[in-house]
Amino acid sequence: MITQEKKSVAEAGDSLPVHRSTKRGAMLRHLLKHKVLLLMLLPGVLFLLVNNYLPMFGIIIAFKNINYVDGILGSPWVGLDNFRFLFATSDAWIITRNTVLYNFVFIILNLVIAVSIAIALNELKNKLAAKFYQSIMFFPYFLSMVVVSYLVFAFLNVEYGFINKGIFALFGLDELNWYSEPKYWPFILPLINLWKGVGYGCVIYLAAIIGIDNEYYEAALIDGASKWKQILHITIPLIRPVIIITTILAIGGIFRSDFGLFYQTTLNSGALYPTTLVIDTYVYNALINMGNLGMSAAAGLYQSVVGFFLVLGSNWIVRKVDKDQAVF
Amino acid sequence: MANNEISRFTNIILHVIFIILSITCLLPIVLVFMISITDYDYIVLNGYQFIPEKLSLEAYAYIFKDYSVVLKAYGVSFFVTITGTLVSVFISSLYAYPISRTDFRYRGFFAFLIFFTMLFGGGLVPWYMVYTQVLDLKNSIWALIVPMLLSPFNVLIMKTYFQMSVPPALIEASTIDGAGELRTFFQIVFPLSLPVFATIGLFNTLHYWNDWFNSMIFITDTDLYSLQYLMYKMISQADYLSRNGALIQGSATELAKLPGETIRMAMALIGIGPIVLAYPFFQRYFIKGLTLGSIKG
Repeated sequence: MITQEKKSVAEAGDSLPVHRSTKRGAMLRHLLKHKVLLLMLLPGVLFLLVNNYLPMFGIIIAFKNINYVDGILGSPWVGLDNFRFLFATSDAWIITRNTVLYNFVFIILNLVIAVSIAIALNELKNKLAAKFYQSIMFFPYFLSMVVVSYLVFAFLNVEYGFINKGIFALFGLDELNWYSEPKYWPFILPLINLWKGVGYGCVIYLAAIIGIDNEYYEAALIDGASKWKQILHITIPLIRPVIIITTILAIGGIFRSDFGLFYQTTLNSGALYPTTLVIDTYVYNALINMGNLGMSAAAGLYQSVVGFFLVLGSNWIVRKVDKDQAVF
Repeated sequence: MANNEISRFTNIILHVIFIILSITCLLPIVLVFMISITDYDYIVLNGYQFIPEKLSLEAYAYIFKDYSVVLKAYGVSFFVTITGTLVSVFISSLYAYPISRTDFRYRGFFAFLIFFTMLFGGGLVPWYMVYTQVLDLKNSIWALIVPMLLSPFNVLIMKTYFQMSVPPALIEASTIDGAGELRTFFQIVFPLSLPVFATIGLFNTLHYWNDWFNSMIFITDTDLYSLQYLMYKMISQADYLSRNGALIQGSATELAKLPGETIRMAMALIGIGPIVLAYPFFQRYFIKGLTLGSIKG
């Protein structure tokens, strides 16, 4: 298909000045020579066109008042009305604040704890035990958010949950209605996220630490540097590139959130929205539960555009720090 | 050489900390397991406990009395995971290989085509419309497979690996010997890059197995419920059990005695099962795979 397209482009070029047409000829020859490579790309290209590029045209939905009678193309244009509605309510502010703040906390918390654990694991004398601990701490990463929501539910269930029945009852505290008390979730969600993700971070940082040349430590030892000094002046500076890259890339994604975490573990409880609704869950709820296509698309586009500049910006910074690590 | 090991005391402290951390990681799963084997009446009185005084396998007996629901969900999950993983590894490698070839002049264009999707997307609504209106995949098992076929991250990892592990001279030599592109790919590149195929395969297996999002938006037909989605339904709809129970039992008195809480947790455990069994194998290669990408850094 692609070869044909290119061919017709090359034919159209025939009427152009000679040097152009030889250039087209060379392009055609090159493509013909690599026609098998193009064929290999074909399934992927088709997928991208349907899954990614076709929906990009769908952003017009954000500027329309969609009704099912007229269809997407026939529905009337409403300009920026959907955006005006979105930003007129406090929703836009709440979901933006929640998304950014949670991500910010997740990034810092997971970084500090994962790096600390990785350094400590590396110091253990018994390497087999270190491997064992690492495997155990990595386990939660493999569970789906649905399973995690069960685990959280076992603790927080109002009637039977372990926190209410096991711990609070023991200390004579009043039972709490966890799924309708928004004020506790800014603490609960980072804990769940840490529990699930810290093992992954550990693997990444431990690999970087193991990669450090032992000569640095030997030299430091001769100079009489203590363990603390070695960690502060050798280990951390040497894994800094990995830390910086992961962190900057995470900052690039600060406008996107882990849908499962915010949707499943909260059981999508409406009472919790003030502190748990993020852009992704808002977009989903507006589409599926409220059927408000325009508003949902508007919020989605808002996320896409801001996210675009954030990723671009963070990639630009990565490029400044270490050219090889940049994605683009 | 002087001894650079931590002191015995520090070592013990670290072990204690790690044991506590490890227990913290497993404790929630232990709790769910204990609930699933607790007697229902005991729970109603005392709530969920780590060490219940009265055990019962009633929940499991109930689930397996009519195992067709669970079995069907397992079937859907296995089919989606196996098919999805195989097809996606195949398509990803077919995409990654040409853009790893420096003698292919248009690799830049095709690389851009896929990596741009990491930067910008149309959002959930248009994407949902394409799958339901254009592809008409609502309530089709392919709706659980197609959306996750190609990930830019996987293609990036594969491309980098091909560039590192397959010397261009080797590909050239193979071409001179008269091997076609496909033959070069399958007989030279593939055997040399087995680790990256295994890694991406593992990533995809986990991804497909744990997916519930696509079921949530595309599937309403109960025959197409995956294991994850069945679990989601059981926790999100308090009345799901009773409705489903009513279908199976058809008797109100039976229904009243339904040990709902324990059935739920038993269901979660049945869902975690395969992950636990595969974990020892999985994590070893997963860690290898994750560090594969960081050789460069």
